[in-house]
Amino acid sequence: MTETLSSLPLFSPFIEFGFMRRALAGCLALSLGATPVGVFLMLRRMSLAGDAMSHAILPGAAIGYLIAGLSLPAMTLGGLVAGLAVAVLAGGVARNTVIKEDASLATFYLLSLSAGVLIISLRGSSVDLLHVLFGSVLALDDAALFLLAGFATLSVVVLAIGLRLFALEGCDPAFLARISRLAPLAHYGFMILLVLNLVAGFHALGTLMAVGIMILPAAAARLWVCTLGPLLLIAVLAAFFGSLIGLLLSYYANLPAGPAIVLTLGAIYLLSMVVGPLGPLASHWRPDWHFER
Amino acid sequence: MQICFDNLTLGYNRHPAVHHLRGEVAAGSLLAIVGPNGAGKSTLLKGIAGELRPLQGRIDRNGLQRRQIAYLTQQATLDTSFPIIVHDFVAMGLWREIGAFSGLDRARRARIETAIASVGLSGLEGRPIGSLSGGQLQRALFARVLLQDAPLVLLDEPYGAIDAASVRDLAALVRHWHSEGRTVIAVLHDLEHVRQEYPETLLLAREVVARGDTVSVLSEANLLRARQLAEGRGEEAHAAICHSDRLGA
Repeated sequence: MTETLSSLPLFSPFIEFGFMRRALAGCLALSLGATPVGVFLMLRRMSLAGDAMSHAILPGAAIGYLIAGLSLPAMTLGGLVAGLAVAVLAGGVARNTVIKEDASLATFYLLSLSAGVLIISLRGSSVDLLHVLFGSVLALDDAALFLLAGFATLSVVVLAIGLRLFALEGCDPAFLARISRLAPLAHYGFMILLVLNLVAGFHALGTLMAVGIMILPAAAARLWVCTLGPLLLIAVLAAFFGSLIGLLLSYYANLPAGPAIVLTLGAIYLLSMVVGPLGPLASHWRPDWHFER
Repeated sequence: MQICFDNLTLGYNRHPAVHHLRGEVAAGSLLAIVGPNGAGKSTLLKGIAGELRPLQGRIDRNGLQRRQIAYLTQQATLDTSFPIIVHDFVAMGLWREIGAFSGLDRARRARIETAIASVGLSGLEGRPIGSLSGGQLQRALFARVLLQDAPLVLLDEPYGAIDAASVRDLAALVRHWHSEGRTVIAVLHDLEHVRQEYPETLLLAREVVARGDTVSVLSEANLLRARQLAEGRGEEAHAAICHSDRLGA
């Protein structure tokens, strides 16, 4: 059985090479944890804010790196602290000054990104910088895998428990603030989930690509369905399928794995644009397909 | 649920929009707030809802908590592109009972169905809210208010952009709330509608122009004075009021 499977080009890299299996397991964890968060990020119109936040974790991770080198716990802790600090600070600035939330996030992320790159270049080589910016999905060790799996588990559990809260926060935040004391919990809880998953994504895909596995599958899924449950399910499936294809592409065509995965997810999004029932083309070609958006 | 205003001044960024309001709204009132644009009607409603801290004076809601007030704002803050169906959207009116975690039992499902039926949206339960027309969306918002089962209902221009049939249906719902003993305060523009439906009216032009039974409040003389106050002839008067206040304080 194994021999027949290993003769299939789709399976053989994962059967032959442990690093490919680890990469796939890491991508599965990210698909389960980060992608549902990405769906909510998209629905709250915060896709770009997510991108900004992903850069915001960089200086923290860089300080961790400066202190302990390419150490998983140090960079994780640093990333979490920096991400949460920026989330709280940017939110506070937006609420208490004339600066709006997007501008506030942008200022913090620009400062964070440049500070992060500066700190890494103080000590590290450009190889280390590449590792931080683009991740190392093909070099996930046991500790990194456990971290990804742990964050994904936490994320799934929290999203499942707070689903109604997060949904109402996305749909009608002012109403939630009026009727529930939990509104701040929904906001900050979501930001914590976001940072957790960005740090997880950072280890695999790097700070520049971590948001890719959040937003691209979410946006693709939105072109297929218009209710929340199926949206989450399709996004997760798209994320995992895209990661699988991306890893294979990177293996056979000798491409860097992170960008290959994100580009594959992008291709799924473009394909959904063309054939998805809620995409612009399907409703144009097939006016008899009457889907409610 | 009685509401008392004690020398209430409301505004934004230290610019007052409603000045020195005094008086009370008796429990079970059906009160219309009318006045020209910029008269402070929505600001007052926001103040009553507890979403705007008074610049001066106070509002006494007699222990009514913010969560017990159903408040339908003029510009609904909701994101209609959010993938949620009418049934689930309306069901959020039950939040005070079910919170973030409890499920919907049979009795609650029946109440949701009844609420949707009473605003005339039966058959559209499974539609995403983004596919509703303006009138239908307003009906869905009313159904949500209905389920909130609040002793105080605040409506800010609830019939802004909807057709006559929807207005008729939703006005019937408001009458029903009144008959159940709820306090309903609505900001409205259509004076004819106010004369027909609302026994009491508050005419506002950044200060109270008149207050009492609708017919006498909506007299030509009062409406003219409200217009004059809004058109700027009142501005100096307001400035003077506030100036002297500051001197006094």
